[in-house]
Amino acid sequence: MFDRGAIINFRNVGRHAIDSVLRLGYAARFFALTLAHSGTSFRRPRLIVRELYFTGVLSMIIILVSGLFVGMVLGFQGYQTLKTYGSESALGILVALSLVRELGPVVSALLFASRAGSAMTAEIGLMKATEQLSAMEMMAVDPIARVVAPRFWAGVISMPLLAAMFSAMGVYGGYLIGVVVIGVDEGSFWSQMQSAVDFREDIVNGVIKSIVFGIAVTWIALFEGYDAPPTAEGVSGATTRTVVTSSLAILGLDFILTAFMFRGI
Amino acid sequence: MVVSAVAADNLVEISGVSYAYDKRHPVLTGIDMVIPRGKVVAIMGISGSGKTTLLRLIAGWFKPTQGTIRVDAQLTHELDREELYRMRRRMGMLFQFGALFTDLSVFDNVAFQMREHTDLPEAMIRDIVMMKLHAVGLRGAHGLMPSELSGGMARRVALARATALDPMLIMYDEPFTGLDPISLGVIRNLVRKLNDALGSTSIVVTHDVQEALDIVDYVYYLSEGVMMAHGTPEQMRASTDPLVHQFVWGEADGPVAFQYPSRNFSEELGLV
Repeated sequence: MFDRGAIINFRNVGRHAIDSVLRLGYAARFFALTLAHSGTSFRRPRLIVRELYFTGVLSMIIILVSGLFVGMVLGFQGYQTLKTYGSESALGILVALSLVRELGPVVSALLFASRAGSAMTAEIGLMKATEQLSAMEMMAVDPIARVVAPRFWAGVISMPLLAAMFSAMGVYGGYLIGVVVIGVDEGSFWSQMQSAVDFREDIVNGVIKSIVFGIAVTWIALFEGYDAPPTAEGVSGATTRTVVTSSLAILGLDFILTAFMFRGI
Repeated sequence: MVVSAVAADNLVEISGVSYAYDKRHPVLTGIDMVIPRGKVVAIMGISGSGKTTLLRLIAGWFKPTQGTIRVDAQLTHELDREELYRMRRRMGMLFQFGALFTDLSVFDNVAFQMREHTDLPEAMIRDIVMMKLHAVGLRGAHGLMPSELSGGMARRVALARATALDPMLIMYDEPFTGLDPISLGVIRNLVRKLNDALGSTSIVVTHDVQEALDIVDYVYYLSEGVMMAHGTPEQMRASTDPLVHQFVWGEADGPVAFQYPSRNFSEELGLV
């Protein structure tokens, strides 16, 4: 009734579906284990501080520079559009709201995924491939408590801070172009920004977004590393998957969060 | 086949153990062995014969599909995670390539378990680490990072780390693989010396026959997951079993064929 090729294709679709659900289940279990074994990290905060340096502090350069450039581009493009309606003085609002609500959390999370997320995956994957995780397990030390959990919390803590730095740098970039280069009135740039940006609606929502992105990116990166086949190809494949999956997750989650947060506006 | 002995004299007792990752491919079948206290015992066999799996079963990493494993009179498969971890604190394992933590210095690698499991003051940890490193001849290298060590040095640091808490059982997974002759000799002698100095028991999984036969007290020979032979090193050297003979003397052809199963050669070349 069906030809062989069709049956094989159908079977492959089924296998992929089952594999995906299985992996999602593993990932969920891994997430739960990470949370359950976080006690050590909080009893020994030095473990988290060390990871904060590697994930957070070392990501600052790329975040700050990108923020500045994105802000400067916003300054140019915003001015061009607003000028048409004679409302150049609203440039400050445009720059600040775009950054605080969307670009800050989203772009910094994308950069964080490719800078820190990929490094986390590669590091943990290599620790697994060189039997360091097995050695730890053999020494009666839980690798999830000792290696995974501190990195997770470091990622969750540094993400909103990096997003805030990105936005601050972006606002400064917009100011440089809008006020210093193009010559928009400095007073109206800042005062309109101050009156239009709402703490609860804009800033808190942006922070919530970046915390959610931080959880998603770090979780994906750590799981991919922990689950990577212990070979060179395995680790490189896992690193690629971290960047692809977490970028898609960021954009998808951003849509969902935006739909909930700003639908009434 | 079981070497019977008084239970208390054996640190590890394995009886009737089978293990399979999945049902169709058994890795180990019907393994019986005992490891007496204070001895250095080798588990030998060619690659893929199930040696490392057996080691991991002893460490409680996997649960046997059948049979029982007792370590220090405790059934490993009955232990919960907490009890298993407590047992592992009294075990040391040397991994094939050392498995040193690449983000920690030599000193911190050796101190790792003491910092994780004890409340010893830092001054005392320092003294113990220096003693352990001195025993493997690398006290002077305590400040180096693992990436700065040669293969043999890394293996020695890993040995110091594995013995940091004076374990009752030290397990070696292919300790001689990929070492130059000098490092190999150093590691080989350390295996014996540390075992005797610490009063522990050692299991050496290896396929480096001659190196191992010189230092061990007893040998178990595994082939395709089955215990084929066992005896003292002298008995193994004198064995007339063709499989053991081929393995011990490293002959290219014998019961373990040189040729991978293949079609008839003349057929392959199109001569018939």
